[in-house]
Amino acid sequence: MTDTVIRLESVVKIYRIGTVDVPALRGISLEFLRGSFTAIMGPSGSGKSTLLNVIGCLDRPTSGRYFLEGRDVAGLDDNARSDLRLHHLGFVFQSFNLIPQLTVLENVELPLFYQDIPPTESRQRALEMLEMVGLSDRTHHRPVELSGGQQQRAAIARALTTNPSFILADEPTGNLDSATGQQIMELLANLHQRGRTIVMVTHEPDIAAWAKRRVLMRDGLVHAIQDSIP
Amino acid sequence: MTAARLLRLARMGLKDMLRHKMRAFLTTLGVVFGVASVIAMLAVGEGASRQALLQISRLGARNLILYSQKPAADTQPAASQSSMLALYGLQYEDELRIRESIPGVVRTVPVRWMRKETWYRDRKLELRLVATTPDWFDLVNRPLLAGRVLTADDMTRREPVCVLTEYGARRLLAGTEIVGEIVSIGNVPFRVVGIVRNEESAGAVQTPDLPTDAYTPLPVCRERFGDITVVAETGSRAMELVPLHQILVEIRSLEEVEPAARAIETMLRRFHKREDYRLSVPLALLREAETTRRTFNIVLGSIAGISLLVGGIGIMNIMLASVTERTREIGIRRAIGARRSHIILQFLVETSVLSGIGGIIGLALGMMIPLLITRLSGMPTYIPPWSLLLSFSISVLIGIVFGLYPALQAARLDPIEALRHE
Repeated sequence: MTDTVIRLESVVKIYRIGTVDVPALRGISLEFLRGSFTAIMGPSGSGKSTLLNVIGCLDRPTSGRYFLEGRDVAGLDDNARSDLRLHHLGFVFQSFNLIPQLTVLENVELPLFYQDIPPTESRQRALEMLEMVGLSDRTHHRPVELSGGQQQRAAIARALTTNPSFILADEPTGNLDSATGQQIMELLANLHQRGRTIVMVTHEPDIAAWAKRRVLMRDGLVHAIQDSIP
Repeated sequence: MTAARLLRLARMGLKDMLRHKMRAFLTTLGVVFGVASVIAMLAVGEGASRQALLQISRLGARNLILYSQKPAADTQPAASQSSMLALYGLQYEDELRIRESIPGVVRTVPVRWMRKETWYRDRKLELRLVATTPDWFDLVNRPLLAGRVLTADDMTRREPVCVLTEYGARRLLAGTEIVGEIVSIGNVPFRVVGIVRNEESAGAVQTPDLPTDAYTPLPVCRERFGDITVVAETGSRAMELVPLHQILVEIRSLEEVEPAARAIETMLRRFHKREDYRLSVPLALLREAETTRRTFNIVLGSIAGISLLVGGIGIMNIMLASVTERTREIGIRRAIGARRSHIILQFLVETSVLSGIGGIIGLALGMMIPLLITRLSGMPTYIPPWSLLLSFSISVLIGIVFGLYPALQAARLDPIEALRHE
């Protein structure tokens, strides 16, 4: 059970702003084991969000290789990366990113819709997820009618409906007060316990403390790696 | 891509629109009026041309009609002008020659007519006594209301019998009971054997019959009234010798109508020194009317098409605005795993639903406008079924075409850029 599911080999990402090349990642080599819980830390501009986007197949590395479950995905086209996100990856964002005109239930159902799951089955699964995050009584509300913590729980439910092996979280508690943040982290820790591989970006040490492994980044490079004593 | 998903996409689009009622309403308004005006304009055009075509087809598309006409005065020789008898028109020989020598001619019907004072009891009416053969009733197809039409038997027995028109009978204050009665036409007692319905010849198209006709066998007329007609002209009375006023010619097939018309004209020109006849070809009129109709429809159709186009531009405008407004939503959907094609499809379905709804409302409105026009102005209108199909499919097509560009714009967005969009 300790196989490497994410492997990055000298990943470089350069953004071109106007005529200036801005390197965001300057050669990252990292490995993530199945079922691991990793926090990526670092000051703003250190490239931690870019790294998460590359891992999440939202962005393509400029050079270097990226293996997801043994498969080289760095060179995949847009459709293939969409399908990877749809079937294997679940995203949790700082600003929740629920679609405002859809109800909570419809938001959670959305990935299943793109998977072509029949409506009755997808409804069933979305309701189960909402129950798991404790939002069964909010299914037909719109996101704006929910508190921040409830919105983030709905977003986590949405990330989980497709039963992905990876959860990618970008500052999941950044917009929440610390008590609510605590609840969200408990939820993530719970998912980790159930065997999901979690990669989380944060700059708060007490949030990062929930992870079993911390990757510190600085100026587009891995600065240090801390493993919690098991 | 399954049909079920398309349906769900359509439902999603519909829900989204219900949340932006005003926006959706304004967007579809262009399509509504576009579709309605296409249908209404085509209905007005079709109504007018159908009426013309109906009148022409009553003349019989396979028929030719030859009329006698008084030649222009300057071509008259001075000698015959001084004599009181004007001699012109179609001859019995002409009919014979047409029947015998023109290819494609099935039969010919000679017609002679004269105005005669008619009495029935104490009612007086000036009728046009039409002397002809039984074939008249086959070529000028008028429904029989009572009794019978002329028969071959009438031609040989030479008894004074006549067929009245519904209008003529009514003017004599009689109904169908006049069949079997005697009327006095030009002081000759005629027995009425039947009544036919006459057509009100409205518009520019001239039919061979008049409402005040009375039909009688040709031999009877010649025997009783001779060949010379006295015509009262301005101030003086002139005498005319016109053997036949009209010859109806039936042609075997539509293809042979025009060649036969040309052949008849060539032949008549050889035997007549003056232009004392006129050939009318209903088929040519029919063709002309068709051409006019087509032109009319094209002009009206393009005006309406422009309004549809304006509607389409309206849709594009709204959809472009909606793409900008929903950039973040597009980013979220892409991050979740939606392909570019899913985003394109979503926007396309939304515009199609918008223009489809606009199209349906437009159909309803477009079907009501012609009814109103007919009700208020009496102008005939006709909604051809194809115009409904055409205008509706054009409206949906316009929705798709003008929705495509915003949809492509939406899908081209980089998911990360889109996610950062506020």
